[in-house]
Amino acid sequence: MADLSAPYRIKGETGEWEVVIGLEVHAQITASKAKLFSGAATAFGAEPNTQVSLVDAAMPGMLPVPNKECIRQAVRTGMALDAQINKWSRFDRKNYFYADLPQGYQISQLYHPLVGEGEVEILTDEKDESTAKRIGIERIHVEQDAGKLMHDQHPTMSYVDLNRCGVALMEIVSRPDMRSPAEAGAYLKKLRAILRYVGSCDGNMEEGSMRADVNVSVRKPGDEFGTRTETKNVNSVRFVMAVVEHEARRQVELLEEGGSVAQETRLFDPDKGVTRALRSKEDAHDYRYFPDPDLLPLELDDKFVEECRSSLPELPDAKRKRFEGLGITPYNASVLTAEVETARWFDALLEAGAEPKQSANWVVAELFGALNRLGKDIEDCPVSPAEAAELLKLVVDGTISGTIAKQVFEIMLETGEGAGQIVESRGLKQTSDTGAIDAEIDKILAANADKVAEYKSGKQQLFGFFVGQTMKAMAGKANPQIVNERLRAKLD
Amino acid sequence: MTDLTSKTIAELRDGFRGGEFSAREIAEVYNSAVAASKALNAYTVETPDIALAAADAADLARAGGNLQPLSGIPLGIKDLFATVGVDTTAGSHILQGFQPVYESTVTANLRNAGAGMLGKLNMDEFAMGSSNETSTYGPVLSPWRRTGSNVGLTPGGSSGGSAAAVAAQIAPGVTGTDTGGSIRQPAAFTGICGIKPTYGRCSRWGIVSFASSLDQAGPMAKTVRDCAILLEAMAGFDPKDSTSLDLAVPQWEANLSSDLKGKRVGIPKEYRIDSVPAEINALWDQGIEWLKDAGATPVEISLPHTKYALPTYYIIAPAEASSNLARYDGVRYGLRDVPEGGNLDAMYARTRADGFGAEVKRRIMIGTYVLSAGFYDAYFTKAQRVRALIKQDFAKAFEQCDVILTPTAPSAAFGIGETTDPLAMYLNDVFAVPASLAGLPAMSVPGGLDGQGLPLGLHLIGNELDEQTVLNAGLAIEERAGFTARPDKWW
Repeated sequence: MADLSAPYRIKGETGEWEVVIGLEVHAQITASKAKLFSGAATAFGAEPNTQVSLVDAAMPGMLPVPNKECIRQAVRTGMALDAQINKWSRFDRKNYFYADLPQGYQISQLYHPLVGEGEVEILTDEKDESTAKRIGIERIHVEQDAGKLMHDQHPTMSYVDLNRCGVALMEIVSRPDMRSPAEAGAYLKKLRAILRYVGSCDGNMEEGSMRADVNVSVRKPGDEFGTRTETKNVNSVRFVMAVVEHEARRQVELLEEGGSVAQETRLFDPDKGVTRALRSKEDAHDYRYFPDPDLLPLELDDKFVEECRSSLPELPDAKRKRFEGLGITPYNASVLTAEVETARWFDALLEAGAEPKQSANWVVAELFGALNRLGKDIEDCPVSPAEAAELLKLVVDGTISGTIAKQVFEIMLETGEGAGQIVESRGLKQTSDTGAIDAEIDKILAANADKVAEYKSGKQQLFGFFVGQTMKAMAGKANPQIVNERLRAKLD
Repeated sequence: MTDLTSKTIAELRDGFRGGEFSAREIAEVYNSAVAASKALNAYTVETPDIALAAADAADLARAGGNLQPLSGIPLGIKDLFATVGVDTTAGSHILQGFQPVYESTVTANLRNAGAGMLGKLNMDEFAMGSSNETSTYGPVLSPWRRTGSNVGLTPGGSSGGSAAAVAAQIAPGVTGTDTGGSIRQPAAFTGICGIKPTYGRCSRWGIVSFASSLDQAGPMAKTVRDCAILLEAMAGFDPKDSTSLDLAVPQWEANLSSDLKGKRVGIPKEYRIDSVPAEINALWDQGIEWLKDAGATPVEISLPHTKYALPTYYIIAPAEASSNLARYDGVRYGLRDVPEGGNLDAMYARTRADGFGAEVKRRIMIGTYVLSAGFYDAYFTKAQRVRALIKQDFAKAFEQCDVILTPTAPSAAFGIGETTDPLAMYLNDVFAVPASLAGLPAMSVPGGLDGQGLPLGLHLIGNELDEQTVLNAGLAIEERAGFTARPDKWW
């Protein structure tokens, strides 16, 4: 594995190059379940043109009215990104003609966005706190999404589906603070996690709830920023990283051949893993932004802002630090907080009285392994946190060993029975009966006299063999600590 | 029974309530008058059945004792208001045949108040014009003619069909809209009353947008009282319009009073324009005398940024219009023209080239230009700043006075085709536009006839939300002017 703490460099003919990345992430405000300026629904996958109001279709005389819940979610998101909340903001019109844009303009926020500067802390290596880095957020503004053209419905005509038209988006604009594909990926993952914690956006990139415009430029380390390209609508973490790699490489080759990078908009082709030019700066629209005269400036009062703040949940970084404070390893804490569902499940496990450190190990190793095998997400976990806590408590109080715990868990997954009941009905309780243990040990030592001799002559590693044999003979139910003690007493 | 058409709305209402005539009788008389008025070209659509249905409902309501404020009153509706199932075209070819599935808030309010609809009224295309000559249906002819002349005159614009309908008595009252004088100038040209309320009083929902920050609906009728009656029914908070004012509707009619004791009337010195005909300035002086007679005190005020109002308006209004009219693209409704083998861009170009008239295209181009990169600050931003200064001028003026009196328009009605220079046409609104930019209530009331026998209007501008003082001052003028002249019927 590459050393993630070393700077990412592209080796060219003329030396090493550094890549500079900024992301503009469009996150749908899925929490509102309704569009930004109309009451229309926003469910994914609905029949074309069934979620379109008169406002969305831009019928004559129709007017936009801001959806307060969308504004609330954007404010909460801004707060989660430690960003400045602008109590006075305003909507502007971005004017251009396209068949998926019924109004002939998108209502957005250019001059006075709802949310100002903030930041996100990323870890490019979850196991290594020294890879922590702060990525600046320039702004978040709220805007309408456009509809969708369908070119495969008719031999000579294109159809339009306006279901997405007017859907509320947050455009989260980062500073050009990222320097490697890994950082870009970590940033997008972290942003997604925060949005899902806040609940404003479900972060579902397959359904288009989240997508990124990737700005990439290259330079010799220490030089001024180079000319950037913008690759539009990239819809997975993996693709974002691929775009950065490909674009950086392409730009370096171009520059080293004596060419120059054109400031242009590009599209990513996931099948070929390359980007291609969509339009150059010269073809860029003049969007004629101006304040939307159908809307008054957006003014937030203190009470509204306070409500937004007090409704925020514990966020990933705070949760991770809390978990680490409970003795959980940084790696486990990081894994357990990366997804909000996992974090909630784990918190419920702790609330049910499970011991943190042991529980963290068990969730990351045993539970994740089982879910993986079953092809299930943690939301559909067949074992509830309370049931898992019961199991883990049996290990802590010495009722069963770790080995038996694995068996019990398997039975729980299969039968849905409780851990205590399984242990009871199947006689899986651990034994600390030294008499029974001694009897088995004596048999094993007698049957393996040659190994005992080897051990005594210094082959210390054979100790494990004797432990294993004893445990096997006891069908895993012997208390491992007592087995160890008794073996030492007899061998040493 | 044709006598009914000469009655005011208040008289119709009271007569209907008192059992002098039925709502059906009123509707039938007006339906016939409308049907016989084709020469005026005031109506683009006639809806006699809707008028009759509302009348029958009103007659039932009267029998059942649950009358609404406008029960029995049929009205003409400017074609800018969306009316369910009835052509709503904003006087434009691009919307020809468009029948909305929704009703504008203002017309819904009127219907809920018991009013009927006689039909849709012709207008300048997308309300852009001062003479009704830009309508795709051709110009409306004013019922008025110069003494001894048969020259067809404009009723003004953009609410020209509305104004002509009231003046010709083919509607007792109508809706208009005013973006930069479109209620007041035609009211002045046709010898009727018309008021534009404070911006936000009437919901814009369902009114085809021209310039959103300026557009405001208002009534036009024979008398000040009728305007008060109609405005009360039209106005009101509408959560579907973000710019709608969340305020109760005052009882303007009940509070009408022509006693202006203690009121100060502001006379803006900058409005004394040399090029304005002497007759108009003389009427203005007469208006001051009438208001003094009603107990008011005239005070000279200054509106120093007034001289920039027209150029400011002709940046802001076209800028907003250029964006508001982008939705007419041939994709979802209205006209669609696609050249053989043409792509999306070709469809846009052909549809909009064919669908919009010259004046609309001119304003879209002006608006697009002033919003363009490199020109935005020089034009649009500067215009917004001047607009703020104009508002400030009024705010200062209203520290010194309660209502402002000016002429409504710089001339009487002119002949169809007489004004071909767009800039000369824009000058029609020189007195009207400042109040629009400031969002203030303003009204035109008839003051008298000029030497050629054509009506002239006086213009009252009130402070924010103070429609009452505007209406009261209008009533004082109305009572003293004794304007009873009606055009001779030639149509």
